[in-house]
Amino acid sequence: MVAIRETVQTVGEVEKYKYGFSTDIESDKAPLGLTEDTVRFISAKKNEPEWMLEWRLEAYRRWLTMEEPTWAKVEYPKIDFQDAYYYAAPKQTVAPKSLDEIDPKLLETYKKLGIPLIEQQMLAGIAVDAVFDSVSVVTTFKEKLKEVGVIFCPLSEAVRDHPDLVRKYLGSVVPTSDNFYATLNAAVFSEGSFVYIPEGVRCPMELSTYFRINERQTGQFERTLIIADKGSYVSYLEGCTAPQRDENQLHAAVVELVAHDDAEIKYSTVQNWYPGDEDGKGGIYNFVTKRGDCRGVNSKISWTQVETGSAITWKYPSCILRGDNSRGEFYSIAISNGHQQVDSGTKMIHLGKNTSSRIISKGISAGKSSNTYRGLVGVHRKAENVRNFTQCDSLLIGSHCSAHTVPYIESKNPGAILEHEATTSKISDEQLFYCRQRGMDEEEAVALIVNGFCRDVLQQLPMEFAVEAQKLVGISLEGSVG
Amino acid sequence: MLEVKNLHVTVGDKEILRGIDLKIDAGEVHAIMGPNGSGKSTLSYILSGRDGYEVTEGSITFKGQDLLAMSIDERANAGVFLAFQYPIEIPGVTTMNFLKTALNAQRKARGEEELDAVRFLKLVRSKAKPLNISDDMLKRALNVGFSGGEKKRAETLQMSLLEPQLAILDETDSGLDIDALKVVADGVNALRSPERSMIVITHYQRLLDYIVPDVVHVLSGGRIVKTGGKELAQELEQTGYAEFGADAA
Repeated sequence: MVAIRETVQTVGEVEKYKYGFSTDIESDKAPLGLTEDTVRFISAKKNEPEWMLEWRLEAYRRWLTMEEPTWAKVEYPKIDFQDAYYYAAPKQTVAPKSLDEIDPKLLETYKKLGIPLIEQQMLAGIAVDAVFDSVSVVTTFKEKLKEVGVIFCPLSEAVRDHPDLVRKYLGSVVPTSDNFYATLNAAVFSEGSFVYIPEGVRCPMELSTYFRINERQTGQFERTLIIADKGSYVSYLEGCTAPQRDENQLHAAVVELVAHDDAEIKYSTVQNWYPGDEDGKGGIYNFVTKRGDCRGVNSKISWTQVETGSAITWKYPSCILRGDNSRGEFYSIAISNGHQQVDSGTKMIHLGKNTSSRIISKGISAGKSSNTYRGLVGVHRKAENVRNFTQCDSLLIGSHCSAHTVPYIESKNPGAILEHEATTSKISDEQLFYCRQRGMDEEEAVALIVNGFCRDVLQQLPMEFAVEAQKLVGISLEGSVG
Repeated sequence: MLEVKNLHVTVGDKEILRGIDLKIDAGEVHAIMGPNGSGKSTLSYILSGRDGYEVTEGSITFKGQDLLAMSIDERANAGVFLAFQYPIEIPGVTTMNFLKTALNAQRKARGEEELDAVRFLKLVRSKAKPLNISDDMLKRALNVGFSGGEKKRAETLQMSLLEPQLAILDETDSGLDIDALKVVADGVNALRSPERSMIVITHYQRLLDYIVPDVVHVLSGGRIVKTGGKELAQELEQTGYAEFGADAA
């Protein structure tokens, strides 16, 4: 009898192990906190193969041994990682029926950004299937991409349909051991995009410009993987200028880019998440790891970012310049207002010969915010003829904010030519007076001056995005003067 | 158009204007001359509403309104324009973009329709041509790296585009050679009209050979000490400001 009971128990345990957890899989939400079961739950929800689960578990176990980084110039109460939900299915809330039911403040912002009415409705979460046939538009684009062999799908779909590509590249740029937040992401990521551009193909459209509505449910732990095969080109847009609210306070995304020989990837971001209220309460904590690997010769990766949202931004889109003659670029506008804290910059790691990089960072601080540029230019001993140009400009508005520039240069090759320029300025009373004497009100004047300050970076954005971004710059700084 | 009564203005603890009376009717061009430190620039700033100047006594009415109660941009939108002695650099903002933003701000304030890019471009080109301002210059950041002549021509272009009712020209001749001065003066003269008044502030009589005023005031020690016709300017050229209790400069 004892033996039988033992067997039953063992079988029971095996059964339990097979499903991996004792939680109800039909539930929309993983239980509170983060355990191995949570990881298994997410993996099962996504119908993932065993190797993917193992990959996640390995990351999870490693994460348990890691410490939260504290070197950034940001302050926030200690995060209780066990007091958070790591997976929630998209909520089916009662959708508003018309724009009349939407917060007028939000509508005002949409209007200022010049977002078309139809998109306003979608952004506000109104069910618009009847008025806007988005499905057919998406289908048309998908067919167009298919014709040239471009794969563009959710990462979870790619895990199923293109396992060889995913296994080959996932974690090859940002390994699961990379840093506390990247490791956390590897364990629990649930959404994200996968892009593969085949050899010699120039992607026929800006990816995600039209997807921005359909795919705008920005995940808490997004993971994006983009691969540009030999001689290909792709421009990818992430985010949205419209303000986005999210109940999840902690965000930790990972983006990995791989550029093979002669390939080019252009990655643009506009981030406008909830920054918290006037007293600095609430707001998103945004801990992102973005890295591009210029793996092939003559490859090029270019990051452009406009960061205006989030209570805390911790983000350093970087380039590993591995291939000879490869080139990395980082163009950034980081605006902080209210109580926002930004610690952002880039890393350019020169490993190959004749590699070059360019960093243009524009930080604008207003209100009581803190804005730090932190960047590293590293040159390997064997990397001959390296060139880097860095320009960090900070603009202060008012006298309660701060700007910091922390550039690191580690050159092990004496032949490298590294240039660094930095300026800090304030919007002068004279400039404001001059603009207002011509009829602009104070906010228009500030927006114009700040847009001028950011011009070098705004020019890097795809055209239609740039127009919205310009308006966003003005809106982000509303109420910052006077 | 403009009436200034017994205006006293201090900057910090120092009284700069000590009882100014000035009446300018529509269509008139008044020159205000005076030695350095007489308060000429202060007068231009107090009219345009710059911070840091305190009116301790007196009043300014513009088109029947209390000008001192209006903000800087309200005054601009009501038609007060100041051509700066030292125009301010706005890095990264093209002259074209600046002009468009300014013009549309004023149109919006007046309840008029904003101009689209095409109509604006046509308008600005027609105004730029007589001032020898090329498309190339319009694409450069406003006043950044402009020569003295370019800056003053850009100021004149703004005035021509914004069509103010009261234009204040603060030392417009400073930093200009004779050829540039002529171009600017021609531009200003083209804007003279029965509806538009101008205040031309200058140290030297030279500018007034080209922009001939209806009335000349001499400002010294914060007061208007003499008022006359255009011949007063020539007189001053001979005698200097010494008789008004200031050092000849």
